[in-house]
Amino acid sequence: MGVLELSRIQFAMTTIYHFFFVPMTIGIGLAVAIMETMYVVTKKDVYKTMTKFWSKIFLLAFAVGVVTGIIQEFQFGMNWSNYSRFMGDIFGAPLAIEALLAFFLESTFIGVWMFTWDRFKPVWHMVFIWLTNIGSILSAIWILTANSFMQHPVAFEINTATGHVRLRSFKDLIANPQLWVEFPHVFAASICTGAFVVMGCSAWSLLRMHIKSKKDVESVQADAEGTAKVDFFTRSLRMAAVLGLIGACLAILMGDLQGKFIVYDQPMKLAAIEGIYEDTGDPAPWQAVALINEKDHKVEASVDIPEQGSILYYGTNHGKVRGMNSVNKELHEKYDAKFGEDMNYYLPTTLLFWVFRLMVGIGFAFAVVSICVLWFTRKKKNTLWQSRWKLWIMGLFTFVPFLATTSGWLVTEMGRYPWIVYGYQTIADAVSPTSTVPKVLFTCVVYFLLFLLMGTVMIFYSRRVLHQGPFYQPDEGDTPVEVTAGTQRKVALA
Amino acid sequence: MSFLQLMWFCVIGLLFAGFLLFEGFDFGVGMATRFLARNGDERALFMRAVGPHWDGNEVWLITAGGAMFAAFPLWYASLFSGYYILLFLVLVSLILRGVSFEFASQALTDKERNIWQWANFVGCLFAPFFLGMMLTSFIQGVPMDDKGNVWAGFFDVVNWLSIVGGIAVVFFCFLHGLHFLSLKLGPGDSRRMLNTSEKLYWIAYPALVVFVILAFFMTDFYKLRPVTSWMLTVVILAATICGHVSTVKKRGGFAFASSGITLMAVIAWIFNGIFPRVMVAEDPAKSMMITEASASPYTMKIMTIVLCIFLPIVLAYFVWSYFIQRKRLVSNDVSMTDLRKPLAVH
Repeated sequence: MGVLELSRIQFAMTTIYHFFFVPMTIGIGLAVAIMETMYVVTKKDVYKTMTKFWSKIFLLAFAVGVVTGIIQEFQFGMNWSNYSRFMGDIFGAPLAIEALLAFFLESTFIGVWMFTWDRFKPVWHMVFIWLTNIGSILSAIWILTANSFMQHPVAFEINTATGHVRLRSFKDLIANPQLWVEFPHVFAASICTGAFVVMGCSAWSLLRMHIKSKKDVESVQADAEGTAKVDFFTRSLRMAAVLGLIGACLAILMGDLQGKFIVYDQPMKLAAIEGIYEDTGDPAPWQAVALINEKDHKVEASVDIPEQGSILYYGTNHGKVRGMNSVNKELHEKYDAKFGEDMNYYLPTTLLFWVFRLMVGIGFAFAVVSICVLWFTRKKKNTLWQSRWKLWIMGLFTFVPFLATTSGWLVTEMGRYPWIVYGYQTIADAVSPTSTVPKVLFTCVVYFLLFLLMGTVMIFYSRRVLHQGPFYQPDEGDTPVEVTAGTQRKVALA
Repeated sequence: MSFLQLMWFCVIGLLFAGFLLFEGFDFGVGMATRFLARNGDERALFMRAVGPHWDGNEVWLITAGGAMFAAFPLWYASLFSGYYILLFLVLVSLILRGVSFEFASQALTDKERNIWQWANFVGCLFAPFFLGMMLTSFIQGVPMDDKGNVWAGFFDVVNWLSIVGGIAVVFFCFLHGLHFLSLKLGPGDSRRMLNTSEKLYWIAYPALVVFVILAFFMTDFYKLRPVTSWMLTVVILAATICGHVSTVKKRGGFAFASSGITLMAVIAWIFNGIFPRVMVAEDPAKSMMITEASASPYTMKIMTIVLCIFLPIVLAYFVWSYFIQRKRLVSNDVSMTDLRKPLAVH
């Protein structure tokens, strides 16, 4: 493996890992902020308990998200220095603005929020969590501004003296159409992630109450803490379901718009995620499943739905969708003079085809599960907490959003291959000339081990938070730490 | 050189200085958890002192990096790809330090908490060390090619000046951390911090002399810009003496301000010395100039507008966040976060 492959692996690994925690932070953060707002509005203590309980998971995700984010900031320079030289005039600005506008906001106010529960009026304290959240969302907008440029370069010119890109209009950079289909989609996915982590964790917690028979149900109902627990998690579930439904609908809608955008903008990506090699007829059918032969550039067998392709991508029942073979020919004509004839424009089609279907499938599953949860927890007949198999399914949904977000990034970023900046710089040209295999391999291994460690600890602590439950009180007996603390200190001071 | 280029050179210097000023004491406090804290609870107390602030403080580094990328993309590309391993070690240290706060607050037993307190200590010790090495290595003249790639060998990175430089940054961060703690803890602990730093200052003087001698021979700062370089050296020394006197007189606030000025003056000394270059090459003809490395005038104009609007706002709430949490932490208040206080059941 060469420097290029290792650098790509490192970038993929750090970005995917970082992006486990980013949508989780945005999503759960939003849920927590809504819970605190409910507390301020209704003054019901259950919402305060909810805020505090879910913020424990939120803070764990936030911590890992922050530290993995530092790697992102510097690795453009470390591993992709030629890219930074080429793109710096455009890429640097959103990154710097992100730090100034977003990171300071979220980092400062999360510190204030964590430590000032008793010091401010609830209204003000609520403002702090919202500011933290706005910081996280702003940060997503700015980093996606930079990413959108790589997908769909706008508002620039090439400096003929240096060959580097130069920003022409900041307004147009922000008005990049790619950004405004990409950001809402990512934001919606973040809402879903937060919602389904909260929903899944609630389900695990309800499962831990071991309600297996009618007798168990009655004993829970007779017990004050049991009732409070069921009430607590039912509220959490319902709030998560509402968020999940909104998120899923928005994600599907924006995903659809994104498809309608890339059918013109990046036809190769679209053809790959749909597994189309030859141009389709008019109207275009849609391949629900297909057996793809990447070697010979053809589809061996497929299940087609007539006209659906045109409807999906053009919104009407006519219009051809272009296949990879013709797009490949066109790209060669367009870029051979500059990049040579050896360029391979075909994408890893089998992977993209299935990963795309996985993501879309999960999107629809989110909507269905959310509706089911709302139905089974309805006031008249709230029976969800008694049904173990339903809770099991929801519990498993804790992990599903991460599959979806990772699939989404694979589609977006691998679909851009072989470009790092679409049509202007290849990934191979972007890598640092000074990188060597031992250096990049070493850092890859260390990052991997660190990620493994942090992930394990994070899951371990999250599990423990759930086991402790919302009404856990670290009393003297439970925390020997603090008991010895006092005594030791008294000895020391005496 | 245009005004904007000069301004952004200074802004980046200021951001790095801000980083050492604020994050410097976080690192120092982290070191104090092993060197001065007597038990796990005191370690928790120390970490609690910087708990609300470390994350915001770290953003100074992120902003410095981002501003470098935006205003001097070629500098960003050369410096960070050239110092790959050092920067990587800084990042790993920052990661260990960063997660340790949250993880330590989740720990239930002394043993478990101790692991994360160690992670905090290690991170806080090595992050400034490697960063200090990087800052004192890239000023010595490194092998560079025409395209601005840095081909630094082992001895370009690890040499007497960079090692002494790394240790010096660690040392001053430690003093700065002690002074911060003297402002955050109760009277007894506060006095203990100042007593320790009073003794430690006696090491600072010989260290500074060694550093200046090494810098005199291994960099061109004192030949190229003698007046300003010596002036800043005097500022560093004066601030150090001022800090020492303040610790003798047990004036924590003055001591904190002095050690902050020392750290910022070190950055000023570096930025003054490399000016008008951003990267100092072994072969002077290949050094990277501010004018070559900078982004287009248009990008710099946009960035200046953003900076002028948002920096005052950021500074305002940043300072406010310190102001509202200025209370001293008394010794028996050892809970890591308010979140761990019991929740009411209704």
